[in-house]
Amino acid sequence: MATENAPASMYRSTEGLGLWEHRGKVAAVGVGHSPTARRWDGKPETSVGANSILALRKAIEDAGVSPDQIDGLVLAPVTTTGAFWPDGRPLPMDVINSFNTTDDPLDGIAQLSAEWLIKNMPELTNVKFTMYGPGCMSAAIVVAAQAVGEGRTNNCLVLKGWHNLEGRYYQGGANAGDAIEGTGAVSRLWGTPASYGTALQFAQYCTKYGKNHDMMAPFMTNSRRNGLLFPEGYWAQHRPEQLTREDYLAARWIAKPANLFDNDIPIMTSAAYLFTTAERAKDMKQKPVYILNHASSRHTPRSLTPTLDEVQESTGSTGRKLYEGAGITADDLSFENMYDGFAQFHQFHIEGLGYRGMKFGEALDFYQTDISIEGPNPVLPSGGNIGSGRSRFWMHTDCIQQIQGRAGARAVTGVKPEIGVSGGPMPLGGNFTVWSANPD
Amino acid sequence: MVKQGVIPDELTKPYYDAANQERLVIQNCKTCNLLQHPPSPACRQCESGDNMEWKQMSGRGKIYNYGVVHDCPIRLLQEDQPFNVAVIMLDEDQGIQMYSHLPGTPVDEVPVGASVEVVFEATANGQKVPEWRVAG
Repeated sequence: MATENAPASMYRSTEGLGLWEHRGKVAAVGVGHSPTARRWDGKPETSVGANSILALRKAIEDAGVSPDQIDGLVLAPVTTTGAFWPDGRPLPMDVINSFNTTDDPLDGIAQLSAEWLIKNMPELTNVKFTMYGPGCMSAAIVVAAQAVGEGRTNNCLVLKGWHNLEGRYYQGGANAGDAIEGTGAVSRLWGTPASYGTALQFAQYCTKYGKNHDMMAPFMTNSRRNGLLFPEGYWAQHRPEQLTREDYLAARWIAKPANLFDNDIPIMTSAAYLFTTAERAKDMKQKPVYILNHASSRHTPRSLTPTLDEVQESTGSTGRKLYEGAGITADDLSFENMYDGFAQFHQFHIEGLGYRGMKFGEALDFYQTDISIEGPNPVLPSGGNIGSGRSRFWMHTDCIQQIQGRAGARAVTGVKPEIGVSGGPMPLGGNFTVWSANPD
Repeated sequence: MVKQGVIPDELTKPYYDAANQERLVIQNCKTCNLLQHPPSPACRQCESGDNMEWKQMSGRGKIYNYGVVHDCPIRLLQEDQPFNVAVIMLDEDQGIQMYSHLPGTPVDEVPVGASVEVVFEATANGQKVPEWRVAG
């Protein structure tokens, strides 16, 4: 039977649910990353399928378990946000024939199923539970955490892979045509790029609170700095260039007030984690990082695009859900790794959390203070998607590595890394996790 | 600037027919007395499609805020970059938004909060769509 999406009941998407019933009983113990690349070079060994197999094997090895101990696999099957296989392009038969296939010839190339992975990882002999957490790693994590908590799986791999093909996002298909159908035209006819909605919210934020785009610069340079300290990331591996304030402010606009650097760079890469029960984690190779709670936002905008009010209503609710289920307050957070790809999402997320006592409208002022990994108020120590490329998973890896004491040069030193929070992507539609050095 | 042509589908035909008559109509659920846009087969509140109607609007609204598009994904609009894209909130219901290129307003000189009035603009295939101009 084909793997199915997780049911809505596995997501904690409303307030008032109380402590998470599996609080501290699920742990992350292994991390595995593939290399990164700007785009796919067409070779089998660099496909999203091959990258994902590599990441999974590294996570298994990192946790110190044997492959036959793995009994679960949760992943997000869609591997792009915009680089779709073009209609009419010939299938890459040499790549397809390099792997065991499923019914979809582009499985492992432009999407990824649990079935494809299991067919191509013969060492996974005991996987009895597979499920999709559609969207991105943030969704796969909360589904896997819930699945382990509920006892559906004991040693569960969690995966997100990304492909990126040649060419630019969103330029083909209906966008290249002379006419479009009526329902889509209601919103698409005006030619807004992907970051427009966030830019609009940011514009309203600046209008309401008297802020401006230049105030983003310290956040951007800090994110690239942290990203360059992330050896698994794209910028560290391929373009180790510090972004300066001048570089940032001089960049061309995409959808003003969002410029080139406010948009994360699409890349190829995969990452995997190994989740297990807190009890089993004690015997594994790495220090367990306990999950205190997960929460999801499922708000729908009233009309074409979310307003600032709708964004703030949702991020505030996410913060309350996270703290309620984890049994903590904002004061307990050592650091945060909330989503940033587009950069202008980040202040919405951390204001919703009330990070370091922050209220709505205060994040850009906070950015003008010491937000470095050496200071008492680290902001996005992973560097996020701005610092390492569009994967939507650096934030999670960083939470695990910071708490395990394996973040290397990126380690936060101004605070003791005991509790971190990560997640995203969208304020109105995201999934979020609280990680801890201790189970209680 | 000429927008892509629009091919009305079953759901949106009344909306575009009205635009060709230079009338702005928005979908309304008679049960909930709630406007909604973009159109949908059912009311987003009661989830029923039994009592949907198209309600004529005054054609007046206000500019919520705007962005300036410099890197547009739609081929036909690329030669007109950069251009404004504003979000208009209708006077009848500030929760209902419409996009606008704000014809007549210079790029990046958008008066946020200003009153606007609907106009109707022909797209590449002659189908008219609502657009908005800053009120005199």
